[in-house]
Amino acid sequence: MAKYLLLKHYRGAPAPVNDVPMDRWTPEEISAHVQYMNDFAARLETTGEYVDSQALSAEGTFVRYDGEGRPPVTDGPFAETKDVIAGWMIIDVDSYERAVELAGELSAAPGAGGEPIHEWLELRPFLGVHPTVTE
Amino acid sequence: MDEALLRSLTPGVLGILVRRGADFAAAEDAVQDALVDAVRAWPADPPRDPKGWLVSVAWRRFLDATRSDAARRRREERVEEEPVPGPVAAADDTLQLYFLCAHPSLTPSSAVALTLRAVGGLTTRQIAQAYLVPEATMAQRVSRAKRTVSGVRLDRPGDVATVLRVLYLVFNEGYSGDVDLAAEAIRLTRQLAAAIDHPEVAGLLALMLLHHARRAARTAPDGSLVPLAEQDRSRWDTGAIAEGVAILQGALARDRLGEFQAQAAVAALHADAPTAGETDWVQIVEWYDELVGLTGNPVVRLNRAVAVGEADGPRAGLAALAELDDTLPRHTAVAAYLHERDGDPVTAARLYAEAARKAPNLAERDHLTRQAARLNAGRGG
Repeated sequence: MAKYLLLKHYRGAPAPVNDVPMDRWTPEEISAHVQYMNDFAARLETTGEYVDSQALSAEGTFVRYDGEGRPPVTDGPFAETKDVIAGWMIIDVDSYERAVELAGELSAAPGAGGEPIHEWLELRPFLGVHPTVTE
Repeated sequence: MDEALLRSLTPGVLGILVRRGADFAAAEDAVQDALVDAVRAWPADPPRDPKGWLVSVAWRRFLDATRSDAARRRREERVEEEPVPGPVAAADDTLQLYFLCAHPSLTPSSAVALTLRAVGGLTTRQIAQAYLVPEATMAQRVSRAKRTVSGVRLDRPGDVATVLRVLYLVFNEGYSGDVDLAAEAIRLTRQLAAAIDHPEVAGLLALMLLHHARRAARTAPDGSLVPLAEQDRSRWDTGAIAEGVAILQGALARDRLGEFQAQAAVAALHADAPTAGETDWVQIVEWYDELVGLTGNPVVRLNRAVAVGEADGPRAGLAALAELDDTLPRHTAVAAYLHERDGDPVTAARLYAEAARKAPNLAERDHLTRQAARLNAGRGG
């Protein structure tokens, strides 16, 4: 019973094996990809392992305080070098092994040519909020 | 309407229906229906025997649901079929329910969910909130668990150790949301201890009470972790400590030692010390030796190394630590502490920082980061 974050990257992660940009896929391939992820989430709900999933826009902006009375500094949209998070899914599973297994399944979502994209997903455990009883 | 009374009666009623041959899932639905009826009917017309009332209403609901085809005819015959409401033996049925909910065919999270639902009487929403998952997810977890155990017969004695493990899992989830799972685990273990005479059940109850007694002192008002040695002992719950120690002594007198009793003995020795400096570390090491013999658990060996460090000095503790796998959880944190006590703040600060990166929860991570920062600041940056 531990929560894990499955993090999907637009950029910043190693390139997937089946590395074709989504705008070069056929509409049917995109539908199949989206359907795969929806089915995956629905199935995890029935196993009692689903917590949350959200997609994020590709256009993030870094913002920084720039001193008293000055507007915050932004890096502007469309910076090409930074990591960009595409979205996430949160799962609640019995073991690390199960989390790895599910991440592997999600990474097998179909892409161009109907083949799995072998996308790299980042798997991160949540920090618990309770102190444990061990002292 | 006394919600606590209803909750305490639920497992017994459910156990009776299951023993009479109702399928677990159907029995649970029927009991829920009966509880709703009770909420409606009891304020105006309180029953003399609440449990008997619930059993007969739930049984009627179960029959209605399973025999809906013949419902009309059955309704006329119902008076004949109904078991007479009246006193019912409680302990046996509730106990069977514990074994069913902790059945080895269930995953730990399913066993926990089913136990809180069926034995604890918590709503699915309450359980979902406590575990910070959506209600739909928890509902599926509970119904899968019910399906898994629906064909399980209750005619064999279950494994007490499995039940205790599930209860300890609930206890260790601690507190979040509007349900205090630690208190709930204590309530259920108390109920189990009343139903079954077993030294390890008593051992677990004692362990929970002794840990729980220190809860108020374990965190500062800002939520940060307070180590045992720095806790304000006046904030410990002396009533719970006395109860835990008494239960433990009763269990130990039976001379059937198990790991929960040994852990409780360690907790009792901590609780017993008026100040951290007066802790009987030599005896604590002896209990850890027993625990190593009982479980061989590497985490127990790690705790033993801490105790050795206190009893025989940090060098001895480090020597005990050196024999253990350094990938164990908290291994680095223990090494940091022992190095600091051994007068090596540079190594200690580095290890505290490393331990913080590996910490499994926020409070522990922040605590270890502060330890590293304290030592680094002491060296003038």
